[in-house]
Amino acid sequence: MSDVTQLIHQYLRHNKKFPHVFCPGCGHGIALGSLIRAVHGLSLSKDEVVVVAGIGCSGRIAVYVDFNTVHTTHGRALTFATGIKMASPKLKVICIMGDGDALAIGGNHLIHAARRNIGIAALVLNNNIYGMTGGQTSPTTPGGARTATSPYGALEKPFDLVDLARAAGANYVARGTVFQAHLLDRLISSAIERPGFNLVEVLTPCHTQYGRKNKFKNPVDMYQALKHAAVPREAWEHFSEAERKERIPVGVFVERDEPGLEERYRVMQAALLARPKAREALPEPNGHDPASTKAKLEGVES
Amino acid sequence: MTDRHKGLTEVVIYPAWCKGCGICAAFCPEKVIELDAEGKARAVRQEDCINCGFCELHCPDFAISVRTKEPGADPGTPGYKPPAKGK
Ligand code: SF4
Ligand code: SF4
Repeated sequence: MSDVTQLIHQYLRHNKKFPHVFCPGCGHGIALGSLIRAVHGLSLSKDEVVVVAGIGCSGRIAVYVDFNTVHTTHGRALTFATGIKMASPKLKVICIMGDGDALAIGGNHLIHAARRNIGIAALVLNNNIYGMTGGQTSPTTPGGARTATSPYGALEKPFDLVDLARAAGANYVARGTVFQAHLLDRLISSAIERPGFNLVEVLTPCHTQYGRKNKFKNPVDMYQALKHAAVPREAWEHFSEAERKERIPVGVFVERDEPGLEERYRVMQAALLARPKAREALPEPNGHDPASTKAKLEGVES
Repeated sequence: MTDRHKGLTEVVIYPAWCKGCGICAAFCPEKVIELDAEGKARAVRQEDCINCGFCELHCPDFAISVRTKEPGADPGTPGYKPPAKGK
């Protein structure tokens, strides 16, 4: 079992301040470890990987890893990631978001990225709360939970991210927890390796903002609860309604094999360029004129 | 777990990186780790570690390294050879 931590140190940016910024017992550190092990396990070089993060506690992960990284704006990580993937399909694009980031501020980007099936591994670090901004109710806060903006209990129903991503058309949808790091490593690894839009929901406790308001004495209490709640999807499917209460299925929920948007685009591009008029529209080796290229492409029959 | 897996590892904890969350101490199956008076994790029962790796994988702060000892470094472990008596 040795060398796990040593391995992680090879991928951290040691000019950053450590220990990292996450609170004691925050699951984000474990998720960060899983991400690094998944990349290492796939034998990817640091330069082949791009980590695109949004805003929130989860966004800090991009700061610590020694890959190509972009720390973007709130909710928009997927839009940056989409552009990167379309421009450089060879890169492995990993998008890290929180629950508020992915499902509220960036909710539209999430469903459309899934619908387009753009080749991105999307990791949604779900801690059921807006941690960084003061513990407000998020789209995944469980009904009845107390938060800074629901002091008497949340009245809204949370999103089921797995159902949402499945319905929107994602190629691969999985859910893991930071209590089961081995499983999480495997899920993240599949998400990075597979074509198309692959989403992993990562359940990760936030004691500071969520736990303390909801009768969890300490971070360990939250991990105990997670350990109890998480059951393999296969077992969960045989559970009765009563047994399912307060349990959360984990594992792989969707595995489709549709080509990603960037692949479909390249196929279309190649087909168009194979036509004589399209070939004429290719840029001249020395200084091409974008206006004339556009005009020529317009002449290409569809 | 059987005893024959014990004693093969050294659990190293970096106090500067430990935030004292207690995950390692709570879930170590052999109760190898405890929090000290300052709230930092300490491997108090090294010899009981079965090298399951839980603590190293689940420390959110990368503060634990479970290292394999040189085989036979300790008395009672496989491959142990008592030091030769000096001539
Ligand atoms: S899990 Fe890590 S940070 Fe938490 S108490 Fe143990 S060594 Fe310290
Ligand atoms: S490797 Fe397992 S047995 Fe050893 S200290 Fe860590 S959790 Fe305990």
